[in-house]
Amino acid sequence: MLDAEFFRRWMTTTAETVEREADRLTELDSAIGDADHGSNLRRGFAAVTAVLEKDNPDTPGAVLTLAGRQLISTVGGASGPLYGTLLRSTGKALGDAAEVTREQLADALSAGVAAVGRLGGAAAGDKTMLDALLPAAESLSESFEAAAAAAETGALATVPLQARKGRASYLGERSMGHQDPGAASSALLIGALADVAS
Amino acid sequence: MSGLVGIVLVSHSAPVASAVAELATGLTGGSTTAPVAAAGGTPDGGLGTSSELIVAAAAAVDRGAGVAVLVDLGSAVLTVKTLLAEGDELPDGTRLIDAPFVEGAVAALVTASAGGDLNAVQAAATEAYDYRKT
Repeated sequence: MLDAEFFRRWMTTTAETVEREADRLTELDSAIGDADHGSNLRRGFAAVTAVLEKDNPDTPGAVLTLAGRQLISTVGGASGPLYGTLLRSTGKALGDAAEVTREQLADALSAGVAAVGRLGGAAAGDKTMLDALLPAAESLSESFEAAAAAAETGALATVPLQARKGRASYLGERSMGHQDPGAASSALLIGALADVAS
Repeated sequence: MSGLVGIVLVSHSAPVASAVAELATGLTGGSTTAPVAAAGGTPDGGLGTSSELIVAAAAAVDRGAGVAVLVDLGSAVLTVKTLLAEGDELPDGTRLIDAPFVEGAVAALVTASAGGDLNAVQAAATEAYDYRKT
């Protein structure tokens, strides 16, 4: 069973990973975006770590909804509302249970990913974070490792795609050949989940 | 419902948001101008979208008749949609308006200043899409 402490560690491990990988994310974003993905997410997840220490939410759902709220208010770019919606919708789907199973998290994450798709009007293959998150949510019903592998595979699979959403879509065919930064950071988020679970 | 519809202008850039507010106000004329607030850039003066500035701007222009929010690009759209989905962040009767930013802002402010309700403000701003320039 996964408790609030597990989810806090997921968020703080994500913050550490984003901190470590921020330059790579910004580099990916400089190819097809506006070169702020790493710095935006670093600021957002640092704020998440700070608020989780201060408020100490005591259920998995509360940890994720608080983290999501913090991302919405601090990121300043599109990844704020997108990741904020992902975590808040996932947290709301978990309800107020003190502990949840991996299967319950998989279902909740699927609900969160669906909410991201509705917010951004994107679908699989649009070269967005969904290309990592959709397979990850599906594979999480199997295992944490499978979810992390699926997210990583999905993120790498965005390289040849043509972007159909966001600033990268203005580049048309020139967006091909570059990994989507949002899919890359989504793979970090799911990778951190698998790290905490192992 | 009493009072005038409020207008919030959300841009990635603080100067763009405030300049469009100034332009719309300047083109509105008449004795009464509906409340308009700019929510541009991030709180530290950078380019981006700030939910904090948007929430504050909406509260500042709310007169109980609804608030029309016009936005420019990507994260501005997503942030306002996300705040609306939260339900308790923005005043009752806050609506994201699908309109061109500059032209829509002028149409919205003129209509709101003339006493138009939120539906009229939305219609006027959205109609700005129909004016072809070539």
